[in-house]
Amino acid sequence: MNKIVKNAEEAIRDIKDNATIMLGGFGLCGIPENSIAALVKKGVKGLTCISNNAGVDDFGIGLMLQTRQVKKMISSYVGENEEFERQMLTGELEVELIPQGTLATRCLAAGYGMPAIFTPAGVGTEVAIGKESRKFMVDGVEKEFLMEMAFDADFAIVKAWKGDPHGNLVFRETARNFNPMMAMAGKITIAEVEELVPAGELNPDNIHTPGIYVHRIFQGVNYEKRIEQRTVRKK
Amino acid sequence: MLDKVGIAKRIAKEIKDGYYVNLGIGIPTLVANYIPKGMNVVLQSENGLLGMGPFPFEGEEDSDLINAGKQTITTVAGSAFFDSAMSFGMIRARKVDLTILGAMEVSDDGDIANWKIPGKMVKGMGGAMDLVASAKNIIVAMQHVNKAGESKLLPKCDLPLTGIRCVKKIVTELAVLDVTPEGFRLLERAPGISVEQIKNATRGRLVIEGNIPEMVIE
Repeated sequence: MNKIVKNAEEAIRDIKDNATIMLGGFGLCGIPENSIAALVKKGVKGLTCISNNAGVDDFGIGLMLQTRQVKKMISSYVGENEEFERQMLTGELEVELIPQGTLATRCLAAGYGMPAIFTPAGVGTEVAIGKESRKFMVDGVEKEFLMEMAFDADFAIVKAWKGDPHGNLVFRETARNFNPMMAMAGKITIAEVEELVPAGELNPDNIHTPGIYVHRIFQGVNYEKRIEQRTVRKK
Repeated sequence: MLDKVGIAKRIAKEIKDGYYVNLGIGIPTLVANYIPKGMNVVLQSENGLLGMGPFPFEGEEDSDLINAGKQTITTVAGSAFFDSAMSFGMIRARKVDLTILGAMEVSDDGDIANWKIPGKMVKGMGGAMDLVASAKNIIVAMQHVNKAGESKLLPKCDLPLTGIRCVKKIVTELAVLDVTPEGFRLLERAPGISVEQIKNATRGRLVIEGNIPEMVIE
Protein backbone atom coordinates (compact mmCIF):
# COMPACT_ATOMS: atom_id res chain seq x y z
CA MET A 1 0.00 0.00 0.00
CA ASN A 2 1.15 3.50 -0.71
CA LYS A 3 -1.22 6.20 0.44
CA ILE A 4 1.37 8.93 0.49
CA VAL A 5 0.42 12.22 -1.11
CA LYS A 6 2.85 15.06 -1.66
CA ASN A 7 1.41 17.66 0.68
CA ALA A 8 -1.71 19.15 2.23
CA GLU A 9 -2.87 20.76 -1.03
CA GLU A 10 -2.92 17.38 -2.74
CA ALA A 11 -4.53 15.69 0.25
CA ILE A 12 -7.50 18.08 0.34
CA ARG A 13 -7.78 18.53 -3.44
CA ASP A 14 -11.35 17.19 -3.70
CA ILE A 15 -12.86 18.85 -0.63
CA LYS A 16 -15.62 20.96 -2.13
CA ASP A 17 -17.91 23.74 -0.94
CA ASN A 18 -20.54 22.62 1.62
CA ALA A 19 -18.60 19.49 2.63
CA THR A 20 -18.84 18.08 6.16
CA ILE A 21 -15.38 17.62 7.64
CA MET A 22 -14.09 16.35 10.95
CA LEU A 23 -10.97 17.93 12.36
CA GLY A 24 -9.00 16.26 15.15
CA GLY A 25 -7.51 18.04 18.14
CA PHE A 26 -8.34 19.30 21.61
CA GLY A 27 -7.89 23.05 21.88
CA LEU A 28 -4.77 23.66 19.79
CA CYS A 29 -3.26 20.30 20.78
CA GLY A 30 -3.04 17.73 17.99
CA ILE A 31 -4.72 19.83 15.29
CA PRO A 32 -4.01 19.28 11.56
CA GLU A 33 -2.18 22.58 11.02
CA ASN A 34 -1.05 21.91 7.45
CA SER A 35 -4.48 20.86 6.21
CA ILE A 36 -6.18 23.86 7.81
CA ALA A 37 -3.69 26.16 6.06
CA ALA A 38 -4.40 24.39 2.76
CA LEU A 39 -8.17 24.71 3.22
CA VAL A 40 -7.74 28.44 3.84
CA LYS A 41 -5.62 28.74 0.69
CA LYS A 42 -8.10 26.72 -1.39
CA GLY A 43 -10.95 28.91 -0.14
CA VAL A 44 -13.68 26.25 0.02
CA LYS A 45 -16.80 27.67 1.62
CA GLY A 46 -19.96 26.57 3.41
CA LEU A 47 -18.14 23.94 5.43
CA THR A 48 -19.69 22.06 8.32
CA CYS A 49 -16.88 21.37 10.77
CA ILE A 50 -17.07 18.72 13.47
CA SER A 51 -14.33 19.47 15.96
CA ASN A 52 -14.21 19.62 19.75
CA ASN A 53 -13.16 23.28 19.68
CA ALA A 54 -12.96 26.09 17.15
CA GLY A 55 -9.38 27.24 17.66
CA VAL A 56 -8.37 30.78 18.62
CA ASP A 57 -8.65 33.93 16.50
CA ASP A 58 -5.37 33.49 14.65
CA PHE A 59 -4.76 29.73 14.84
CA GLY A 60 -6.49 26.44 14.19
CA ILE A 61 -10.06 26.52 12.90
CA GLY A 62 -10.08 30.22 13.85
CA LEU A 63 -8.17 30.82 10.60
CA MET A 64 -11.08 29.36 8.59
CA LEU A 65 -13.52 31.55 10.51
CA GLN A 66 -11.54 34.68 9.62
CA THR A 67 -12.06 33.81 5.94
CA ARG A 68 -15.79 32.96 6.49
CA GLN A 69 -15.40 29.43 5.19
CA VAL A 70 -17.37 27.75 7.96
CA LYS A 71 -21.18 27.58 7.78
CA LYS A 72 -21.68 25.40 10.84
CA MET A 73 -19.59 24.25 13.81
CA ILE A 74 -20.41 21.11 15.79
CA SER A 75 -18.35 21.31 18.98
CA SER A 76 -18.43 20.86 22.74
CA TYR A 77 -16.62 24.05 23.75
CA VAL A 78 -15.90 27.15 21.72
CA GLY A 79 -14.84 29.72 24.25
CA GLU A 80 -11.54 31.16 23.08
CA ASN A 81 -12.38 32.95 19.88
CA GLU A 82 -13.70 36.52 19.37
CA GLU A 83 -14.40 36.17 15.65
CA PHE A 84 -16.36 33.00 16.41
CA GLU A 85 -18.42 34.89 18.98
CA ARG A 86 -19.10 37.73 16.54
CA GLN A 87 -20.25 35.41 13.74
CA MET A 88 -22.38 33.40 16.14
CA LEU A 89 -24.13 36.49 17.52
CA THR A 90 -24.81 37.91 14.03
CA GLY A 91 -26.16 34.56 12.89
CA GLU A 92 -23.52 34.13 10.16
CA LEU A 93 -22.33 30.97 11.83
CA GLU A 94 -24.55 28.12 12.94
CA VAL A 95 -23.37 26.41 16.12
CA GLU A 96 -24.41 23.06 17.53
CA LEU A 97 -23.03 22.41 21.01
CA ILE A 98 -22.95 18.80 22.13
CA PRO A 99 -21.42 17.07 25.15
CA GLN A 100 -17.78 16.13 24.65
CA GLY A 101 -18.26 12.43 25.34
CA THR A 102 -21.22 12.37 22.96
CA LEU A 103 -19.06 13.99 20.28
CA ALA A 104 -16.30 11.42 20.74
CA THR A 105 -18.67 8.47 20.86
CA ARG A 106 -20.65 9.55 17.78
CA CYS A 107 -17.32 9.48 15.91
CA LEU A 108 -16.52 6.10 17.40
CA ALA A 109 -19.92 4.73 16.35
CA ALA A 110 -19.26 5.80 12.74
CA GLY A 111 -15.89 4.03 12.78
CA TYR A 112 -17.39 0.91 14.32
CA GLY A 113 -20.27 0.72 11.85
CA MET A 114 -22.96 1.36 14.45
CA PRO A 115 -25.77 3.75 13.53
CA ALA A 116 -26.40 5.09 17.03
CA ILE A 117 -25.29 5.07 20.63
CA PHE A 118 -27.10 5.51 23.95
CA THR A 119 -25.66 7.93 26.47
CA PRO A 120 -26.96 9.47 29.69
CA ALA A 121 -25.19 12.77 28.92
CA GLY A 122 -27.75 15.53 28.51
CA VAL A 123 -30.78 13.70 29.91
CA GLY A 124 -33.13 16.28 31.44
CA THR A 125 -31.33 19.18 29.70
CA GLU A 126 -31.92 21.12 26.50
CA VAL A 127 -29.58 18.67 24.73
CA ALA A 128 -32.34 16.05 25.04
CA ILE A 129 -34.98 18.11 23.24
CA GLY A 130 -36.35 16.26 20.22
CA LYS A 131 -34.27 13.15 20.85
CA GLU A 132 -35.45 9.61 21.38
CA SER A 133 -34.64 8.17 24.76
CA ARG A 134 -34.77 4.73 26.34
CA LYS A 135 -34.53 3.37 29.83
CA PHE A 136 -32.07 0.61 30.70
CA MET A 137 -31.18 -1.06 33.99
CA VAL A 138 -27.76 -0.02 35.26
CA ASP A 139 -26.49 -1.58 38.50
CA GLY A 140 -30.04 -2.52 39.40
CA VAL A 141 -31.42 0.98 38.85
CA GLU A 142 -33.47 2.16 35.88
CA LYS A 143 -31.67 4.96 34.08
CA GLU A 144 -32.56 7.06 31.05
CA PHE A 145 -30.30 7.28 27.99
CA LEU A 146 -30.47 9.48 24.90
CA MET A 147 -30.11 7.98 21.46
CA GLU A 148 -27.39 9.87 19.57
CA MET A 149 -26.63 9.16 15.92
CA ALA A 150 -23.26 8.26 14.43
CA PHE A 151 -21.71 11.13 12.51
CA ASP A 152 -21.75 11.13 8.74
CA ALA A 153 -18.72 13.09 7.53
CA ASP A 154 -17.37 13.40 3.99
CA PHE A 155 -13.82 13.87 5.22
CA ALA A 156 -11.89 13.40 8.44
CA ILE A 157 -8.61 15.27 8.82
CA VAL A 158 -6.33 14.15 11.61
CA LYS A 159 -2.85 14.86 12.87
CA ALA A 160 -0.56 12.09 14.12
CA TRP A 161 2.97 11.98 15.47
CA LYS A 162 4.17 9.18 13.21
CA GLY A 163 2.72 7.36 10.25
CA ASP A 164 3.76 5.00 7.47
CA PRO A 165 2.79 4.51 3.79
CA HIS A 166 0.00 2.09 4.80
CA GLY A 167 -1.61 4.86 6.81
CA ASN A 168 -0.83 3.30 10.18
CA LEU A 169 -0.76 6.03 12.80
CA VAL A 170 0.83 6.63 16.18
CA PHE A 171 -0.15 9.60 18.31
CA ARG A 172 1.78 11.32 21.07
CA GLU A 173 0.61 12.12 24.60
CA THR A 174 -2.63 14.13 24.85
CA ALA A 175 -2.34 15.13 21.18
CA ARG A 176 -4.13 11.84 20.58
CA ASN A 177 -7.54 13.07 21.87
CA PHE A 178 -10.19 12.99 19.08
CA ASN A 179 -7.80 12.03 16.28
CA PRO A 180 -8.09 8.20 16.38
CA MET A 181 -11.88 8.09 16.39
CA MET A 182 -12.21 10.79 13.76
CA ALA A 183 -9.71 8.88 11.61
CA MET A 184 -12.09 5.92 11.79
CA ALA A 185 -15.16 8.00 11.02
CA GLY A 186 -14.42 9.79 7.74
CA LYS A 187 -15.59 8.51 4.37
CA ILE A 188 -12.20 9.77 3.26
CA THR A 189 -9.60 10.17 5.98
CA ILE A 190 -6.57 12.39 5.56
CA ALA A 191 -3.69 12.09 8.02
CA GLU A 192 -0.85 14.56 8.35
CA VAL A 193 2.10 13.40 10.40
CA GLU A 194 5.15 14.94 12.02
CA GLU A 195 7.23 12.01 10.86
CA LEU A 196 6.46 9.75 7.91
CA VAL A 197 8.48 6.55 8.26
CA PRO A 198 9.00 3.56 5.90
CA ALA A 199 6.67 0.56 6.17
CA GLY A 200 7.91 -1.83 8.83
CA GLU A 201 9.41 0.81 11.04
CA LEU A 202 6.41 1.20 13.33
CA ASN A 203 5.96 -1.64 15.77
CA PRO A 204 2.62 -3.30 14.85
CA ASP A 205 1.92 -3.71 18.56
CA ASN A 206 2.02 0.05 19.04
CA ILE A 207 -0.23 1.25 16.22
CA HIS A 208 -3.08 3.41 17.50
CA THR A 209 -4.98 3.69 14.18
CA PRO A 210 -4.64 0.81 11.68
CA GLY A 211 -4.06 2.04 8.14
CA ILE A 212 -7.30 0.60 6.79
CA TYR A 213 -9.04 3.69 8.13
CA VAL A 214 -6.64 6.13 6.45
CA HIS A 215 -6.86 7.01 2.75
CA ARG A 216 -4.18 9.67 2.34
CA ILE A 217 -1.13 10.47 4.39
CA PHE A 218 1.54 13.13 4.08
CA GLN A 219 4.60 14.45 5.82
CA GLY A 220 3.58 17.72 7.47
CA VAL A 221 5.91 20.71 7.59
CA ASN A 222 6.63 23.70 9.82
CA TYR A 223 4.55 22.66 12.81
CA GLU A 224 3.99 25.51 15.22
CA LYS A 225 2.23 23.39 17.88
CA ARG A 226 1.13 26.47 19.74
CA ILE A 227 0.45 26.28 23.48
CA GLU A 228 -2.89 27.80 24.48
CA GLN A 229 -2.31 28.12 28.26
CA ARG A 230 1.33 28.08 29.27
CA THR A 231 1.37 27.14 32.94
CA VAL A 232 4.66 26.45 34.74
CA ARG A 233 6.14 26.20 38.21
CA LYS A 234 9.44 27.61 39.42
CA LYS A 235 12.43 25.32 39.81
CA MET B 1 -16.10 31.94 55.95
CA LEU B 2 -13.89 29.88 53.64
CA ASP B 3 -11.88 31.29 50.78
CA LYS B 4 -11.24 29.28 47.60
CA VAL B 5 -8.26 27.53 49.14
CA GLY B 6 -10.34 26.65 52.19
CA ILE B 7 -13.03 25.09 50.02
CA ALA B 8 -10.36 23.12 48.14
CA LYS B 9 -8.77 21.94 51.41
CA ARG B 10 -12.11 20.79 52.79
CA ILE B 11 -12.96 18.89 49.59
CA ALA B 12 -9.54 17.23 49.65
CA LYS B 13 -10.60 15.52 52.89
CA GLU B 14 -13.27 13.62 50.93
CA ILE B 15 -10.68 11.90 48.76
CA LYS B 16 -9.80 8.35 49.75
CA ASP B 17 -6.77 6.19 49.14
CA GLY B 18 -6.99 4.40 45.77
CA TYR B 19 -9.41 6.88 44.20
CA TYR B 20 -9.45 7.86 40.54
CA VAL B 21 -10.55 11.50 40.52
CA ASN B 22 -11.62 13.97 37.83
CA LEU B 23 -11.14 17.62 38.76
CA GLY B 24 -12.99 20.39 36.97
CA ILE B 25 -11.70 23.86 36.18
CA GLY B 26 -11.41 26.53 38.92
CA ILE B 27 -11.54 25.64 42.64
CA PRO B 28 -11.60 21.88 41.88
CA THR B 29 -8.18 22.18 40.22
CA LEU B 30 -6.80 23.54 43.51
CA VAL B 31 -7.90 20.37 45.33
CA ALA B 32 -4.92 18.53 43.79
CA ASN B 33 -2.59 20.63 45.97
CA TYR B 34 -4.15 19.36 49.22
CA ILE B 35 -4.43 15.62 48.67
CA PRO B 36 -2.78 14.15 51.80
CA LYS B 37 0.80 13.01 51.26
CA GLY B 38 1.24 9.27 50.99
CA MET B 39 -2.26 8.78 49.61
CA ASN B 40 -2.46 6.96 46.27
CA VAL B 41 -4.75 9.03 44.08
CA VAL B 42 -4.79 9.11 40.28
CA LEU B 43 -6.07 12.24 38.55
CA GLN B 44 -7.98 11.80 35.30
CA SER B 45 -7.92 14.53 32.67
CA GLU B 46 -10.76 13.95 30.22
CA ASN B 47 -8.69 14.95 27.17
CA GLY B 48 -6.95 11.60 27.58
CA LEU B 49 -4.70 11.12 30.60
CA LEU B 50 -4.68 9.15 33.83
CA GLY B 51 -1.91 10.22 36.19
CA MET B 52 -1.82 13.98 35.77
CA GLY B 53 1.09 15.68 37.51
CA PRO B 54 1.83 19.31 38.41
CA PHE B 55 2.64 22.12 35.98
CA PRO B 56 6.01 21.64 34.23
CA PHE B 57 9.12 23.55 35.28
CA GLU B 58 9.81 26.64 33.21
CA GLY B 59 11.33 25.63 29.87
CA GLU B 60 10.01 22.06 30.10
CA GLU B 61 6.54 22.72 28.67
CA ASP B 62 5.39 20.19 26.08
CA SER B 63 2.70 21.34 23.65
CA ASP B 64 1.45 17.75 23.28
CA LEU B 65 0.81 17.47 27.02
CA ILE B 66 -2.11 19.51 28.33
CA ASN B 67 -5.06 19.11 30.69
CA ALA B 68 -8.74 19.66 29.97
CA GLY B 69 -8.27 23.36 30.72
CA LYS B 70 -5.64 23.44 27.93
CA GLN B 71 -2.90 24.16 30.48
CA THR B 72 0.54 22.61 30.12
CA ILE B 73 1.02 19.80 32.66
CA THR B 74 3.23 16.80 33.41
CA THR B 75 2.63 13.11 34.00
CA VAL B 76 3.43 11.11 37.12
CA ALA B 77 4.98 7.63 37.27
CA GLY B 78 2.39 5.08 36.15
CA SER B 79 0.42 7.41 33.91
CA ALA B 80 -1.45 6.37 30.76
CA PHE B 81 -2.66 8.19 27.64
CA PHE B 82 -5.80 7.31 25.69
CA ASP B 83 -8.23 8.81 23.21
CA SER B 84 -11.33 10.90 23.97
CA ALA B 85 -13.82 8.06 23.36
CA MET B 86 -12.07 5.82 25.88
CA SER B 87 -11.80 8.74 28.29
CA PHE B 88 -15.55 9.26 28.31
CA GLY B 89 -15.99 5.49 28.20
CA MET B 90 -14.29 5.14 31.58
CA ILE B 91 -16.37 8.05 32.87
CA ARG B 92 -19.64 6.60 31.56
CA ALA B 93 -18.78 3.14 32.88
CA ARG B 94 -18.27 4.69 36.33
CA LYS B 95 -14.65 3.70 36.69
CA VAL B 96 -13.85 7.21 37.95
CA ASP B 97 -14.57 7.24 41.71
CA LEU B 98 -15.07 10.94 42.29
CA THR B 99 -15.83 13.99 40.17
CA ILE B 100 -15.30 17.45 41.64
CA LEU B 101 -16.67 20.39 39.72
CA GLY B 102 -17.94 23.93 40.04
CA ALA B 103 -21.55 25.08 39.72
CA MET B 104 -23.55 28.23 39.24
CA GLU B 105 -26.69 26.71 40.81
CA VAL B 106 -27.68 23.44 42.51
CA SER B 107 -31.21 22.35 43.41
CA ASP B 108 -32.22 20.50 46.57
CA ASP B 109 -32.84 17.33 44.58
CA GLY B 110 -29.33 17.40 43.10
CA ASP B 111 -29.82 19.10 39.73
CA ILE B 112 -26.86 21.18 38.60
CA ALA B 113 -26.49 24.18 36.29
CA ASN B 114 -23.00 25.23 35.31
CA TRP B 115 -22.69 25.76 31.56
CA LYS B 116 -24.98 28.44 30.22
CA ILE B 117 -26.32 31.86 31.18
CA PRO B 118 -29.09 32.98 28.80
CA GLY B 119 -28.20 36.25 27.11
CA LYS B 120 -24.48 35.74 27.62
CA MET B 121 -22.02 34.15 25.21
CA VAL B 122 -22.46 30.39 25.41
CA LYS B 123 -19.13 28.62 25.31
CA GLY B 124 -20.41 25.08 25.58
CA MET B 125 -20.71 22.27 28.07
CA GLY B 126 -17.41 20.59 27.23
CA GLY B 127 -17.35 17.33 29.18
CA ALA B 128 -19.52 18.53 32.07
CA MET B 129 -22.77 16.88 30.92
CA ASP B 130 -21.03 13.54 30.42
CA LEU B 131 -19.36 13.77 33.82
CA VAL B 132 -22.44 14.66 35.83
CA ALA B 133 -24.65 12.13 34.03
CA SER B 134 -22.38 9.22 34.88
CA ALA B 135 -20.27 9.96 37.94
CA LYS B 136 -20.60 7.64 40.95
CA ASN B 137 -19.96 10.50 43.31
CA ILE B 138 -20.09 14.22 42.57
CA ILE B 139 -18.89 16.92 44.93
CA VAL B 140 -19.64 20.49 43.93
CA ALA B 141 -17.40 23.40 44.90
CA MET B 142 -19.39 26.61 44.69
CA GLN B 143 -20.29 29.95 46.23
CA HIS B 144 -23.37 29.70 48.48
CA VAL B 145 -24.65 33.10 47.36
CA ASN B 146 -24.02 35.29 44.31
CA LYS B 147 -22.56 38.79 44.37
CA ALA B 148 -26.03 40.23 45.03
CA GLY B 149 -26.34 37.99 48.09
CA GLU B 150 -28.93 35.68 46.48
CA SER B 151 -28.85 31.96 47.21
CA LYS B 152 -27.45 29.58 44.62
CA LEU B 153 -28.78 26.55 46.55
CA LEU B 154 -32.32 26.52 45.25
CA PRO B 155 -35.57 24.53 45.25
CA LYS B 156 -35.18 24.42 41.45
CA CYS B 157 -32.41 25.72 39.20
CA ASP B 158 -33.27 28.85 37.18
CA LEU B 159 -30.41 28.42 34.72
CA PRO B 160 -30.33 25.78 31.95
CA LEU B 161 -29.41 22.42 33.48
CA THR B 162 -26.20 20.47 33.01
CA GLY B 163 -27.60 17.33 34.63
CA ILE B 164 -30.39 16.12 36.87
CA ARG B 165 -30.43 14.47 40.31
CA CYS B 166 -26.69 13.88 40.35
CA VAL B 167 -24.98 16.08 42.98
CA LYS B 168 -24.14 14.21 46.19
CA LYS B 169 -22.24 16.77 48.25
CA ILE B 170 -21.66 20.53 48.21
CA VAL B 171 -18.87 22.53 49.79
CA THR B 172 -19.37 26.30 49.84
CA GLU B 173 -17.73 29.22 51.62
CA LEU B 174 -20.33 28.74 54.38
CA ALA B 175 -21.05 25.03 54.76
CA VAL B 176 -20.75 21.38 53.83
CA LEU B 177 -24.05 19.82 52.79
CA ASP B 178 -25.24 16.47 51.49
CA VAL B 179 -28.02 16.21 48.94
CA THR B 180 -30.68 13.81 50.31
CA PRO B 181 -34.25 12.94 49.31
CA GLU B 182 -35.34 15.45 52.01
CA GLY B 183 -33.21 18.24 50.56
CA PHE B 184 -29.86 19.77 51.55
CA ARG B 185 -28.66 18.20 54.80
CA LEU B 186 -26.35 20.54 56.72
CA LEU B 187 -23.26 18.65 57.89
CA GLU B 188 -20.72 21.30 58.88
CA ARG B 189 -20.41 25.05 59.28
CA ALA B 190 -17.45 27.06 58.00
CA PRO B 191 -15.35 28.64 60.78
CA GLY B 192 -17.22 31.55 62.33
CA ILE B 193 -20.47 30.90 60.45
CA SER B 194 -23.74 30.28 62.32
CA VAL B 195 -26.53 27.89 61.40
CA GLU B 196 -28.74 30.96 61.08
CA GLN B 197 -26.47 32.49 58.42
CA ILE B 198 -26.56 29.24 56.43
CA LYS B 199 -30.36 29.10 56.73
CA ASN B 200 -30.63 32.64 55.39
CA ALA B 201 -28.32 31.85 52.49
CA THR B 202 -30.17 28.68 51.41
CA ARG B 203 -33.40 28.88 49.43
CA GLY B 204 -33.81 25.15 48.82
CA ARG B 205 -35.12 22.72 51.46
CA LEU B 206 -32.61 22.57 54.29
CA VAL B 207 -32.45 19.79 56.87
CA ILE B 208 -30.78 20.71 60.16
CA GLU B 209 -30.59 17.97 62.76
CA GLY B 210 -28.83 18.19 66.10
CA ASN B 211 -25.69 20.14 66.76
CA ILE B 212 -23.89 21.18 63.55
CA PRO B 213 -20.14 21.10 64.07
CA GLU B 214 -17.69 23.66 62.74
CA MET B 215 -15.47 22.15 60.07
CA VAL B 216 -11.86 21.34 60.83
CA ILE B 217 -9.30 22.39 58.27
CA GLU B 218 -5.56 22.24 58.78
